[in-house]
Amino acid sequence: MEDKKRNEAYNQYVSAKIPKTHAWPALFNSFWVGGLICVIGQGINDLLLLAFPMLSQQSAWALTLIALIFIASFLTGIGVYDQIGKFAGGGSIVPITGFSNSIASPSIEFKSEGIVYGICVKMFTIAGPVIVFGVASSMVVGLIYWIISLF
Amino acid sequence: MDIFVDYIWVFLIGGLVCMFGEVLIITTNITSARILVTFEMIGLVLEAIGVYDYISDFAKAGVNVPIIGFGASLAKGAIGAVETHGFLGIFTGGLTATAGGIAAAIGFAFLFALIFKSHTKK
Repeated sequence: MEDKKRNEAYNQYVSAKIPKTHAWPALFNSFWVGGLICVIGQGINDLLLLAFPMLSQQSAWALTLIALIFIASFLTGIGVYDQIGKFAGGGSIVPITGFSNSIASPSIEFKSEGIVYGICVKMFTIAGPVIVFGVASSMVVGLIYWIISLF
Repeated sequence: MDIFVDYIWVFLIGGLVCMFGEVLIITTNITSARILVTFEMIGLVLEAIGVYDYISDFAKAGVNVPIIGFGASLAKGAIGAVETHGFLGIFTGGLTATAGGIAAAIGFAFLFALIFKSHTKK
């Protein structure tokens, strides 16, 4: 009984201490930062197609995403991306740069625990679910199309 | 002028997608891993039912750069590989289509983790 009371008091204390995100500025920041990242991606894609006209649409997009991933990993390495993330919230998580950051950030943070148990293990704390869900559901989609193609 | 209008649309659609992510964060307090998985699944379903290509023709980077595009290429890869390789495609399709992104993310993260030290979080 006493435990319950104490837990309640603690929960109240915690919710009073959690920094409140002000909804409107956060929404606005995530909007323009997210939009800007997409515009940068479109710019890289257009430049690639301009410089190498023989690239297929699909390869150009793959190279664009690789370029964005490179930039985001580098910015995570020098500590800038986490600042952007604090400022933009969803605007920095939803683009592919957020996926890249979610791999680079823990691997840099846990570097001190060693290369195998630090970098390589912690690398997938956030990206793991993304890859597992992605691969598993792509297999489901493939299976459905295979079954449909039988008839 | 056309290209300018294109960029405006990319900005607006990409921004709205990201803002929708922020709405999910504010209203439900979900973690970034769940945000990423949610948007990935949205893209995968859109591609599987055949709607995604129409959206991406118009929105371009507005949907290709958000992780929606990653989910869509997983589904597109699986469907394409089943069409060309049959049963084997179920297993090879998804990862083949996204291999570039996953390899880049892992490779660069490993490289920069070896180079840079962690920054103390304030």
